[in-house]
Amino acid sequence: MSNILAIAQKEIRSYFASPIAYVVIGLFALLFGYFYVAILDWFVRQGMLGGMGMQAAPLNLNQQFVRPLLLNATVVLLFVLPMITMRTYAEEKRSGTIELLLTSPVTDLQIILGKFAGAIVLYAAMLGVTLVYVGVLFVYGNPEWKPIATAYLGLLLLGGCFIAVGMLISSFTRNQIVAGMLTFGVFLLLWVIDWIGSFLGPSGETIVNYLSITRHFEDFAKGIIDTAHLVYYVSFITFGLFLTAKSVDSERWRG
Amino acid sequence: MIEVQHLTKRYGRITAVDDVSFRVERGEILGFLGPNGAGKTTTMRVITGYMPPTDGRVVVAGFDVFDQPLEAKKRMGYLPETPPLYPDMTVREYLTFVARIKGVAAGERKARVEKAMARTRVTDMQARHCGKLSKGYRQRVGLAQALLHNPDVLVLDEPTAGLDPKQIIETRQLIHELAGDHTIILSTHILPEVAQTCQRVVIINKGRVVAVDTPENLTRQLRGAETMYVLVDGGDAAGLLRAVPGVTRVAAAGQHGSAVGYEVESTRGEDVRRDLSRAVVSQGLGLLELRPLRMSLEEIFLQVTTEEETGKAEPAEEATA
Repeated sequence: MSNILAIAQKEIRSYFASPIAYVVIGLFALLFGYFYVAILDWFVRQGMLGGMGMQAAPLNLNQQFVRPLLLNATVVLLFVLPMITMRTYAEEKRSGTIELLLTSPVTDLQIILGKFAGAIVLYAAMLGVTLVYVGVLFVYGNPEWKPIATAYLGLLLLGGCFIAVGMLISSFTRNQIVAGMLTFGVFLLLWVIDWIGSFLGPSGETIVNYLSITRHFEDFAKGIIDTAHLVYYVSFITFGLFLTAKSVDSERWRG
Repeated sequence: MIEVQHLTKRYGRITAVDDVSFRVERGEILGFLGPNGAGKTTTMRVITGYMPPTDGRVVVAGFDVFDQPLEAKKRMGYLPETPPLYPDMTVREYLTFVARIKGVAAGERKARVEKAMARTRVTDMQARHCGKLSKGYRQRVGLAQALLHNPDVLVLDEPTAGLDPKQIIETRQLIHELAGDHTIILSTHILPEVAQTCQRVVIINKGRVVAVDTPENLTRQLRGAETMYVLVDGGDAAGLLRAVPGVTRVAAAGQHGSAVGYEVESTRGEDVRRDLSRAVVSQGLGLLELRPLRMSLEEIFLQVTTEEETGKAEPAEEATA
C-alpha cells in the first residue's frame, strides 16, 4: 500500500511539475464553461417561452440543463484524457526510469495501481474545478443534488475506463505521441461503437450497445445507479489494468 | 554473494547471453569487461531482476532473483547505463522517492538520503532539478540512488561513462570505499579501469565468458612467451642475441639514432636477461636499455575477444569499435 502511495504521489507531482496538469485542467474548465454558457442560454430561452405560456411542461434544471451539460463534457474527455495517460509508461521507458521501478522491491501491480491512482487524482481535480460551475446553480436555482452526484460518479467511472485503456496503450510504446494518438483513436472507437449496431442484426446490436462506453453513462446522467453499469465500468477498468500488467510483463521477456 | 548459473538470454532469434556462469564472493569487486554489444548490460539486467533469463538462474544474497524477486531486489542497488532520474524532481525529492520504493523505513529515510548525498558529493545540488544536472552529477545521483538503501550488492553498469578524468578518479575511489561492505559488479569497456578497481575480471564477448581471473593472472597466463626489449648501441646485435640460449625469436624494433632496438622472445619461465646483457657487453656494444615487455590488459582483451575470428579482416578494429 505504501508503495502504491509512493508511486501515486510521484505521478501527481510530475503532473503538476510539468505543464500537463495545468493544460488539462485549464482546457477542460474552459470548454466546460463554454458548454455551460451555451446550454444556459438555450435553457433561459426555453424558460422565457415557457413564461409566455408557449410550452406545456415546466423546465427541469437537472434534466434539461445539468444532464446535457455533462453529456457534452464527456466529449471533452476524449481529447483531454489521452494527454494524461500517454506519458504514464511511454515516458518511463524513454527516459530509462522504468529500470529503476522494475528493479526496486515493488510489484508490477503496485506500479500500475500507483500510476492509475495518480491519473485518477488529476482527473478528479479536473472534474472538481467544474463543480464551481455547478455550485452556481445552487445559488440561483434549486437543482437536486443527488442526480448531479450520480452523474459525477458516472463521469469518474467513465474516465477511469479511459485511463485504464490509455495506460495499456502507453505501455506498448516509448513514444508519447504514438501513445496519445492511439489512445485517442481507441477512445473514439469505444465512443461510436454502437453506431454500427443496426448493421449487425439484433444480437450484434446488443453486443455493441453493451460495449459502448457512453451508453452506460446515460443512466448515471439521469441519476440512476444501475449495478449493471457499475459492473461494466469496474470490470472494464480491472480488465484494462490487468492487460497493462500483462503488457509490462511481456515487455520484460522480450527485452 | 552473487551466483550466476548457466545464464542464457535470447531476444527472438538473437542470443545476447549464452550460458554465462560466474560467482562473486562477499566484499569482492568484479569487473565485467567486454566490447560494446557483448551482453554486459543484458547480464546485469537479468541479475537485477529487470528481465527474466531465457535459461539458467541467478541467486543474489541467497535469494533466487526470479522466484523471490522482492527479497533479492531489496538487497540490490542498480545503476543502469543511463541514470534513471526523473527530470521534474529535485535531487532530494528524487532520492526520498527512491528510498520509499526501496523500502527504507520512514524514520530512516532522511538520514539515508543525507548519507548517500554526502558519499557521492551531491549535497550541494540537492535542490536542483535532476533534469538540469550535468552529466557527471547525473551519474553521481544515479550512484547515490543505487547505494541509498545500503544494499549488499551493487550492480553498476558503466559507472564512469561520460565523466571527466577527475570525476572518474573520484568515482573509482568511492567504489573502492564501498567494497568490503558491499559486493560490487561493475561493467566497463575501459581496460585500465578494471586493472585499477577490480579484484577479479570476467571477460565476455558475443554473449560468452571468455576468461575469468584476476587482472594479474590474466596478464601472466596469456603471455605465451616472455618478451624483452633490448636497445643496443654500436652495431648489429641480432645475431649474437639470437645465439643466447633460450631465445626463440629476435625482431628489430625501431632505431633511435645510432642505437637499434630489438624485441627478444624467449621461452616462458626462463630469465634470459643476465645472458642477454653479458652477450651484448662482451662484444663491446653499448647496452642502453633492457626491459621486459608486458602484455597490457588491453592486448589481452584484444587477444581473447578476437581469438575466434583470427583470419577475418581487422578483427581488432571490430572488437574495439
